[in-house]
Amino acid sequence: MKVKMLSRNPDNYVRETKLDLQRVPRNYDPALHPFEVPREYIRALNATKLERVFAKPFLASLDGHRDGVNCLAKHPEKLATVLSGACDGEVRIWNLTQRNCIRTIQAHEGFVRGICTRFCGTSFFTVGDDKTVKQWKMDGPGYGDEEEPLHTILGKTVYTGIDHHWKEAVFATCGQQVDIWDEQRTNPICSMTWGFDSISSVKFNPIETFLLGSCASDRNIVLYDMRQATPLKKVILDMRTNTICWNPMEAFIFTAANEDYNLYTFDMRALDTPVMVHMDHVSAVLDVDYSPTGKEFVSASFDKSIRIFPVDKSRSREVYHTKRMQHVICVKWTSDSKYIMCGSDEMNIRLWKANASEKLGLTSREKAAKDYNQKLKEKFQHYPHIKRIARHRHLPKSIYSQIQEQRIMKEARRRKEVNRIKHSKPGSVPLVSEKKKHVVAVVK
Amino acid sequence: MTANRLAESLLALSQQEELADLPKDYLLSESEDEGDNDGERKHQKLLEAISSLDGKNRRKLAERSEASLKVSEFNVSSEGSGEKLVLADLLEPVKTSSSLATVKKQLSRVKSKKTVELPLNKEEIERIHREVAFNKTAQVLSKWDPVVLKNRQAEQLVFPLEKEEPAIAPIEHVLSGWKARTPLEQEIFNLLHKNKQPVTDPLLTPVEKASLRAMSLEEAKMRRAELQRARALQSYYEAKARREKKIKSKKYHKVVKKGKAKKALKEFEQLRKVNPAAALEELEKIEKARMMERMSLKHQNSGKWAKSKAIMAKYDLEARQAMQEQLSKNKELTQKLQVASESEEEEGGTEDVEELLVPDVVNEVQMNADGPNPWMLRSCTSDTKEAATQEDPEQLPELEAHGVSESEGEERPVAEEEILLREFEERRSLRKRSELSQDAEPAGSQETKDSGSQEVLSELRVLSQKLKENHQSRKQKASSEGTIPQVQREEPAPEEEEPLLLQRPERVQTLEELEELGKEECFQNKELPRPVLEGQQSERTPNNRPDAPKEKKKKEQMIDLQNLLTTQSPSVKSLAVPTIEELLSLVSSQEDEEERNHRQMIKEAFAGDDVIRDFLKEKREAVEASKPKDVDLTLPGWGEWGGVGLKPSAKKRRRFLIKAPEGPPRKDKNLPNVIINEKRNIHAAAHQVRVLPYPFTHHWQFERTIQTPIGSTWNTQRAFQKLTTPKVVTKPGHIINPIKAEDVGYRSSSRSDLSVIQRNPKRITTRHKKQLKKCSVD
Repeated sequence: MKVKMLSRNPDNYVRETKLDLQRVPRNYDPALHPFEVPREYIRALNATKLERVFAKPFLASLDGHRDGVNCLAKHPEKLATVLSGACDGEVRIWNLTQRNCIRTIQAHEGFVRGICTRFCGTSFFTVGDDKTVKQWKMDGPGYGDEEEPLHTILGKTVYTGIDHHWKEAVFATCGQQVDIWDEQRTNPICSMTWGFDSISSVKFNPIETFLLGSCASDRNIVLYDMRQATPLKKVILDMRTNTICWNPMEAFIFTAANEDYNLYTFDMRALDTPVMVHMDHVSAVLDVDYSPTGKEFVSASFDKSIRIFPVDKSRSREVYHTKRMQHVICVKWTSDSKYIMCGSDEMNIRLWKANASEKLGLTSREKAAKDYNQKLKEKFQHYPHIKRIARHRHLPKSIYSQIQEQRIMKEARRRKEVNRIKHSKPGSVPLVSEKKKHVVAVVK
Repeated sequence: MTANRLAESLLALSQQEELADLPKDYLLSESEDEGDNDGERKHQKLLEAISSLDGKNRRKLAERSEASLKVSEFNVSSEGSGEKLVLADLLEPVKTSSSLATVKKQLSRVKSKKTVELPLNKEEIERIHREVAFNKTAQVLSKWDPVVLKNRQAEQLVFPLEKEEPAIAPIEHVLSGWKARTPLEQEIFNLLHKNKQPVTDPLLTPVEKASLRAMSLEEAKMRRAELQRARALQSYYEAKARREKKIKSKKYHKVVKKGKAKKALKEFEQLRKVNPAAALEELEKIEKARMMERMSLKHQNSGKWAKSKAIMAKYDLEARQAMQEQLSKNKELTQKLQVASESEEEEGGTEDVEELLVPDVVNEVQMNADGPNPWMLRSCTSDTKEAATQEDPEQLPELEAHGVSESEGEERPVAEEEILLREFEERRSLRKRSELSQDAEPAGSQETKDSGSQEVLSELRVLSQKLKENHQSRKQKASSEGTIPQVQREEPAPEEEEPLLLQRPERVQTLEELEELGKEECFQNKELPRPVLEGQQSERTPNNRPDAPKEKKKKEQMIDLQNLLTTQSPSVKSLAVPTIEELLSLVSSQEDEEERNHRQMIKEAFAGDDVIRDFLKEKREAVEASKPKDVDLTLPGWGEWGGVGLKPSAKKRRRFLIKAPEGPPRKDKNLPNVIINEKRNIHAAAHQVRVLPYPFTHHWQFERTIQTPIGSTWNTQRAFQKLTTPKVVTKPGHIINPIKAEDVGYRSSSRSDLSVIQRNPKRITTRHKKQLKKCSVD
C-alpha cells in the first residue's frame, strides 16, 4: 500500500542565510485585502512625517577664507576637490571628504571675480580685479617652491567672469566684451560685443560646446556662437540677470538668475517667452547651478537662503538656510548630484545634501523601502494632510515676513490689473501672462 | 539743331566758370544774360519795382536755379527742365569718325552695365549675419529635440549615462590569433576545411553566401512570416481537431455528422447545378458506397458487437440507440439512388438525397429517446394515431394504410428486436410506396406545391403551438407527442419536405421559439393563407382546431398589449389636453390656435418626462437611503432546528432585531424643492482630495491610481519592484558628465570648435586687427 505523505519543497521556506527574512506565503487576492488604500495612506503619511523628521541637510561648513567667498568651481574629475575664490584675492582648494583646505593661493589683488577648471582637471584659471587672467596648476608646488601661476595674461580692462570650454583648450572671459582665448596665446582669438555695457558672466554650453551665453548689466542676456564668431540673439528682461546656467542634459535650455527675485528658464530657440518662471526667492538671485541630472537646479539668493527648484515647476521644492549664513553669492551642485555647496558673504563654504532627508549608504532592503516610501509620497501627494506636512518648512523671520509682504503686493498688483481690465473697453487692455510679463524685448 | 545745343551747353560751361568767381552779382549777371528772354526780365523787374513802391522793402532775391542747373560742373543738362540728355545725342557727331571706334565700344559697354547697389550699413549687415547664424544654430540644436523628449518622458533615467561596455571581442578576432596545435584540433580543422566550412572572418559557408545573395532581406522576412503563419494555422487546426476528437458527447458528434452531411448535400446541389458531370461522379461514388455496404453487411446488426448489443438492448437504452443507429446507417448506405427524370429533377432528386441523408427512422428514434419511455410512447402514439385516423376520415389512403399496418404491427406480441427490425422494414416499404405515389401522381404534388411554402409554414406553426401546449401540461404530453409523428407521417404524402423540417422535437422547439419571437410579424402573414389552409386542414385534422381559439387568445393578447402601449404613450395623454383647450380655443383666435398647436406639439414631445415627479421620487429615495437601517442579528439555526426552508421564529427575530434610533430631522424636511446631502463628513474631508489634481482629466483616473496598491503586501516581489522604480537613479561617487552626442547615438562633429574658428579667418582677422589697433592706440 502506498502511503501518501505531506511533502513540501524546502526551497519554499528555507532561508539561504540567516540574515534573510523569513518567507511568508501570501495570498494576493485583492478580495482578501479590503483596506489597501487606507493602509497605504497611513504609510504615506508616516513616510512624509519621517521625511520631515529626518530632514537634516546641513553637512559641513568649510571655514578659512578671510573675506566673502565670491566664486566656486568643481574639479572635473575629483568629486572631493573644490576650489573657491574670495573677495580678498585668495583662492583655496578644499578637500570635501576631509573637510579641510589643502592649498591656499594669493591669486589676485582685489576680488577674485571668476574661477574655472580646465576640462582635464590639471589646471585652473582665475580672473581678478587686477585685470589679469591667471592659469594655475592644480597640484601644489614642490617643497620650497614659490606659488606661481603657469601663465598670466594682463588685459586692458577688468574681467568679471571666466569659463572654460568643455572639450578644448579654449576659454572665454567677459568684461567689456566676450573674449575667446586660446590657452597658448596672450591675445584673444576672437572677441564679440553687442552693446556697450559690462558683461557680468559668461558660460559655455556643455553639450553644444560652441555656444556661449552671457548676461550684461543692461538687463540683457546675449547668446554667442563661437565658431561663427558672432552673437546670435539678445533678450532683454525687466531687470538685470546675474548669471545663467545651461542645462547639462538639454542642449537648448538655460536658466537665468535675475535681480527681480525670479529665475527664468529659457529655450534658447524661443527667447520671447521663458519656458518657466521660477519664483520663491524674496531678494535678488545671485547664482544658479544645475544638477548634473538636469532635472533640478539650485539658486543662491541675497535673501540668505538657497532654494532647489525642479526644472518644470515654478515653485521650489526645498529651501536651505542657517542662522549664520549671510547673502549667498555662489552655489554649486556637485557632479555626483548628491550635494550642494554654497559660498556666502560671511566667509564660509557650506556643504548640503541635495536631498534633505536622504540616508547615505543604504543596504538593498533600505533602498527598496526608500523607493517604496518615495512612491507612496508621490502617490498621495495631493491629499491635503500629506501635502501640508510635506510642504512645511521653517523659515527665518525675515524671509517669512518678506514672503507675506510680497504676497500682499502681488495680490494688490493683480487686483489692480483685473480692475483695469474690467473697467476698460473690452480688448483694449490685454491680459499678459506671467511668463510674458518679464520679457521686454528680443533683439535679433 | 544738336550742334547748336552743344554749342549752347559749352557756352553755359564757360559762363559758369565766370560765375563761380562772382556769385550773386545781380547786375553783372543781368548784363550778361541779355538774350531772347530779355523782355521778360524787364517785365519782371518792373513788377518788382512796383511792388516795392508801397514803402516796405519787399525786394526778393531773384532765383537763378535754371542757370545753375545749366552750368553745373557735374551735371550736363539739356535745355529746359523737361528734356533729358541722352547718350546717343552726344555720340551722334562722333559717328562719322572711324578713329573713335574704341571709345564708342567702351561707351556702349558702359551703357549695358547696371549700376551697383549701395552697400548696406554695418549694423544691418551684422543683424543679417546674426540672424543667419541663429537660424543655423537653432537647426543644429533641434537635433536634440527627440533626445530631450525621450529623457523627459522616460520611466527611469540612470546616471551616469555612458555605460562601460563589456569587453567582448568578436570571434573572428579571437580565432585569428589562435592555431590548432593538438592532433584533435588539427583533425577538426581538417574536417572543417574539407567541408569548406569557413574558419575565420565572415563565418559563412559558400552555400549560405549563395543563399544570402539569392534572397533579399525583405523577401526572406516575408517568406519567414508566411511560413510562421502557416505553421501557426496548422497548429491551430491540429489543436482544434484534437480537441474535437476528444469530445465524448455522442450528441455533439451526431450533430457534427449531420452538419457535414448537410454540407455535402449542399455542395452536391451546387455541383449538380454547375457541373453535372462531376455530380454524376459523386453519385457514382455514393452508389459504390452503397454497393460496398450491401456486400459487406457491415451495419446489418449481424456482427459480434451488434449481437452483444442486441442482448443488452433489452435493458439498456443506449445500446438500443446504438443498434438503431447502425440500422439507419445501413439503410442510408444501401438506399438505391434514384436517377430522376428531367422534369422532376428539382423535387425528386433533392428529396432523394435528403432522405438518403436523414432517414425517418433516425428522427423518430431520437425523438422517442427524449420521452420518458420510448417503448411506452410507441404504443401511445399508435393509440393516438388510431384516434387520429378515426377522427379524420379523409386522410390520404396511403397514410391510412400505413397507420393500420403500423398498428397491426404493434399489436402483435413480438420480441423487441423483431419490433425494431420490423419497424425498419416498414419504413422501407413506406418510403417505396410514397415514392411510387409520387411517381404516379406528380400532378398532385405540383398542385400542393402551389400553395407551397405558406401552407407548410402555417402548418408548422400550428404544430409548434400544439407542442407548446404539451409543454404546459405534462399529462397531455403523450397524446400531443403522438400528434407530431402523426402529422409527420401525414406530411410525406402531400409534401415531402415536411419531415426534413420536423426532424426532431428540438428542431420544432427552435422553430417554435422563432415563431414566438416573430409572432407579431407572422400574424399578418398567417391571416392571408388561412382560408386556403382551413379548407384543407380543418377537414383533415380536428386536432388542429384547438389552436384556433388559442390564436384568438393570442390575438386578444396582442390587442391588449397594443392597448397598453397606447395608454402608456404620451399621445393619449395629450388627447386629454386639447379637450380642455378646445374650450379655450373657442374664445381665442386662430393665431392663438396655431401657437397652441405648437405648444401642444412640444407638450406631446415632452409629455413623457415629468420633472417634478422625478425630483420628488429622487428626494424620497434620498430620504430613504439616509434613514438609519434596523440591524437584524438573528442567526438562523441557532438554538433551534435549521435547514433549507426553515425560518427563525418571529419571536426570535423580534428579540434580535435592533431598531435603529430615529435620527435628527433632515435639514431639507421643510424644503420641498431641495435635497440636502447630509452624508459629508467633516472629519473625513481633511483626508480627502477636494480638487482633481493636475495631470488627471477625470476623477476616475485619479481614483484608479489611488486604488491600485504598490506595496509588497499586495503585490508580488517583481511587481513591487516594477511599481517602485525611482525616476532618477544616480550612483554615489560617480561623476555625471553632461550628455554627449555619442551617448545618444549621434555623430559628434569631427571638427573642433577651435579649428573652425581658426579656419574661419575672414571676420576674425578683421576683428583681431581692430583689437590690435585699439591696443596700440591705447
